Amino acid sequence: MQIRLPEFPPSVAVLFLWLISAPLHAALDIEIFGGGATQIPIAIVPFAAEEKLNQSITPVVAADLQRSGLFRMIEPAGLRPHEPVEVVYSEWINRGAGALVIGSTTLLPGGQVALRVRLLDVAKQVQLATYIETVPAGQLRAAAHRIADMIYEKLTGDVGVFSTRIAYVVKEGKRYALQVADADGFNAQPVIEYTEPIISPAWSPDGKQLAYVSFENKKPVVYVQTLATRTRKAVANFKGSNSAPAWSPDGKRLAVVLSLMGGSQIFLINADGGGLQRLSQSSGIDTEPSFSPDGQSIIFTSDRGGSPQIYRMQITGRASGTAERLTFEGSYNVSPHYSQDGKSFTFIHRNGDRFNVAIQDLATRQVQLLTDSKFDESPSFAPNGRIILYATEVKGRGILSAVSSDGKTRQQLSTQAGDVREPAWGPLPRLQ
Amino acid sequence: MKKVLGVLLIGLLSACASQSTQPTAEVEDKSMGSSSRSTESSPTTGAVPNLNPLTDPNSVLSKRSVYFDFDSYVVKDEYRSLVQAHAQYLRDNGNARVLLQGNADERGSREYNLALGQRRADSVRNAMTLSGARESQIESVSLGEEKPRGLGHDEASWAENRRTDIRYQGE
Repeated sequence: MQIRLPEFPPSVAVLFLWLISAPLHAALDIEIFGGGATQIPIAIVPFAAEEKLNQSITPVVAADLQRSGLFRMIEPAGLRPHEPVEVVYSEWINRGAGALVIGSTTLLPGGQVALRVRLLDVAKQVQLATYIETVPAGQLRAAAHRIADMIYEKLTGDVGVFSTRIAYVVKEGKRYALQVADADGFNAQPVIEYTEPIISPAWSPDGKQLAYVSFENKKPVVYVQTLATRTRKAVANFKGSNSAPAWSPDGKRLAVVLSLMGGSQIFLINADGGGLQRLSQSSGIDTEPSFSPDGQSIIFTSDRGGSPQIYRMQITGRASGTAERLTFEGSYNVSPHYSQDGKSFTFIHRNGDRFNVAIQDLATRQVQLLTDSKFDESPSFAPNGRIILYATEVKGRGILSAVSSDGKTRQQLSTQAGDVREPAWGPLPRLQ
Repeated sequence: MKKVLGVLLIGLLSACASQSTQPTAEVEDKSMGSSSRSTESSPTTGAVPNLNPLTDPNSVLSKRSVYFDFDSYVVKDEYRSLVQAHAQYLRDNGNARVLLQGNADERGSREYNLALGQRRADSVRNAMTLSGARESQIESVSLGEEKPRGLGHDEASWAENRRTDIRYQGE
């Protein structure tokens, strides 16, 4: 087995996207490092009349695509076509654009906005896609993310994740807030706020609920909270510690870690807190469960072999209960999370005195280190498997960071104040 | 006098539990020698009314923190008499209930550190039940790395945070 570090080009491009923060929309500033060699050159022409809206569309679309690391923005430089008949392809070929996005916005009576967007292939001089939608003026950012998803999917063949949400914990002074924000850091909304720690948020597969661990009652207790209604329930509040919730893919059950029967062991409970069933049986620490996408097995951290390593255990069928060690490199491998295709997992690998994000292929067992920072924690995959979101530390302050799963692009997300930690990427909205 | 002040300080600090932000490493339980004297001179009920042995700074029972070595959850010999004194109190006071909160330093995974803190709480619990406390009187839990008493990012703070705190019900 070999661990290799990603090679970064000597001239690392650093782009600062200054996201404007409105008072109620505490934004995350985002910096992008690196970028693949095969970026798609794309020109996005400001849509007709979008400057009259309370939210312009194209800057949001451009920022989304840029953050993916797969696109390079071409300046329209004076060209302003809004309809296909107005496009002179040779002008765009000269500018080096491979794809072109044009469109128009129309403010309708009653506050609705009609959007008409076209994605054009400059080389082939054909229209690749049309996007037509009428949305309330208050939902223009969401529409912009859907347009970015459409462009991303057409040009990369992959699922876009710009319409997804992320959850994370902000510690500011003595206050802890579990927040949910759009994937670009906008529209941050508190889910719950406390003067006691909150850790380990986990999205239900339908994106409607969050499980998390709160210390508000002098010990860790697992709660499940419904986002729309803000109602919550302590689903694991047994004697001892209750932590590390992970949803089964069907959303019906949670794996949790309890000290109820001695040690820290993995149990299954129903999402309503009933039906307790022990999963792991060891005299050591078993924690941080993550379900395989087919729900047949979990990967987890265990020190049963003397040091914390990652294991896989079948939880159904004849082989149920047998655990197989997956990591062998180094003396500290923790916090595993399955990828959505079930072919790999991301985890934290201690590399000397550093804690870094790594990815391991389950078939080949090959490990790749994706970061070289000092204190990385809590990695999880974006729903398309292309990006891994994690917590890290810059100048003593906790921030969120993301790295492409090939290690080529990194970006930092950070709020203006406070320590940000414990990120979790939500599911695709189409599943909701 | 200085020692009494130090012990008093520790009593106060543990009274406000893990909320403390003061580094207390230098006043950690170095005054163990006085323990036998203080338990003898302050029986659970007696001549001095209103003096709760759990908070009496002269009582070993006012000492509430057990510290651990790096990567270890073995209760060190220097804390044996402290743990035994609490076990005896629980044995003598059948209605008393205690919460043992294990802690870990900040390095590494939060959930794994939660499990490490649990081990430190569990080993104090095991020592107490071996000394006669009943299992039902004790709940051992972990705060992991979430409630550090030492706020620095250095060995002194980390050592301060490898700790189990003893909290009685109602405190």
